[in-house]
Amino acid sequence: MRYSYYPGCTLKTKANNFEKTALRTAGALGLEMVEVPEWQCCGALYPLNTDELFPLLAPVRALAQAKEAGHGTLVTLCAGCYNVFKRTNREMSRNGEVRRKVNGYLQEEYTGEVNVLHYLEVLKKEVGFASLAEKAQKKLTGRKVAPYYGCLLLKPRDEMDFDDVENPTIFEDFLRALGAEPVDYPYKTECCGSYLSMADEEVAATAVGRILLSARKSGAELLVVACPLCRYNLEEYGRELTERTGGEASLPVLYFTELLAEALAVGSETYGEEK
Amino acid sequence: MKVTADKVNSSLVKEVEEISGQKVSACFQCGKCTGGCPVVSSMDIFPHLVLRFAQLGLLEELLHSKTLWICASCQTCDSRCPRDVDIPKVIEALRLLLLRRKGGNRLHPANLSDRVRADAPQQGLVSAFRKYAK
Repeated sequence: MRYSYYPGCTLKTKANNFEKTALRTAGALGLEMVEVPEWQCCGALYPLNTDELFPLLAPVRALAQAKEAGHGTLVTLCAGCYNVFKRTNREMSRNGEVRRKVNGYLQEEYTGEVNVLHYLEVLKKEVGFASLAEKAQKKLTGRKVAPYYGCLLLKPRDEMDFDDVENPTIFEDFLRALGAEPVDYPYKTECCGSYLSMADEEVAATAVGRILLSARKSGAELLVVACPLCRYNLEEYGRELTERTGGEASLPVLYFTELLAEALAVGSETYGEEK
Repeated sequence: MKVTADKVNSSLVKEVEEISGQKVSACFQCGKCTGGCPVVSSMDIFPHLVLRFAQLGLLEELLHSKTLWICASCQTCDSRCPRDVDIPKVIEALRLLLLRRKGGNRLHPANLSDRVRADAPQQGLVSAFRKYAK
C-alpha cells in the first residue's frame, strides 16, 4: 500500500526518533510512505475561532498535494498534526463557504476527498492487529506499558471520531499485538498541560504529576505516546518531580513506534540515543 | 459585581458569540465542564461560570480572569457538554478580544525559560505562540 505521509516540523527535529522508527516499521510491514513535497508546518493547533481562515491554508495545501499524488490517504504520526488535518479535512468537506474561500485563495479545488489516518489507524485498519501480532516476532512479553492517549487523538469527540473518547482501547490492542501488557489507569486520557509548559509551567507540572502517579500505581514501567509535546511534558516534569521529591516519580516515555520497531526487530537499538 | 440590562445586551457578548460561533445562552449550568477540567484548580473563574458571566454580560470580569490563559484547550469539557456548547471556543474568543488589541501579546520570545529554549519541541512553541500572541 502507498500513502501520502506528512511528518510535520517536530518529527524532523526534536522527535526524529519518532519518524525514523515509524518509517522503518512501515517498510517492514510493506507500507510505502511518500512524503508530501514541500510541506509547511500545519500550524500545530486547529483554530477555535470562526473568523480566521488563514490557519487552514497550510493543511489544505498538503491535503491537495496528497490528492494530486493520487494516494487517497494522508498519514500522520504526530497527534498534533493529526488533529489539525482531520478537522481541517472535515471542515473542507462540510462547510461550503470555508471551502470556497480557502480554495479561492490557494487556487485549488479541494473538497475533503483525501482520507486522513493516524499511523495507529493504519496499523489497526489496514495491517490489522492480528496480522501485526504474527509479524511481531520479538514479543515484548512481560513489559507493563501504560498507554497515554492525551487529548489530540481523541477530542473533540465528533470531529476526531478516532476511538471512544472516554475509554479508548486502540493503544491497548496495539500493545497486546506486540505481546506487551497494557496497564489500565484512570489518567490515560487526562491532559498533560499541553502548551502551558511554554508559558505557565506550574500548571503543566501538576497535570503531569497526577498522570505519572496514576500510571505508577497501576504498575506501569513505561508510558507510550503519539505526541511529541506530551512526551516533552511527561519527561521534563517527571524528572523535575523525581528531583524535588527525592524519590522515584518519573517513568520512561517512548513513542509507540519505538516499541513497534523493537517487536519487529528493525533498529530498536536507536532509542534513547536520539532526541 | 452588578448586572444591568446594558451589560446583558453588551455588544462584546455578541462579538464573543460571533468569533466563537457559540450561543452562550445554551448553557444551563450543569457544571460537567468544571467537574472534569484537568486544570480547574489553577482557574479563578470556573468553566461553567465563564458561561454564566457571559450570559450576564460580565465581560470585564472575564477579560481580567486568569482562566483565559490557563485553559489548555484539551476539549474534555465540550466532549461531555449535554448542551453541545464548545467552551474552549468561547474562551478562545475572549482571549482573542485581548490578543487583538495593540500590545496584547502575552508571550514574548525573550521571556521563554532556559529549559523551553533548550528542549521544547517545535509543536509546543508553535502552539504557545498561536495561543498567547498574535
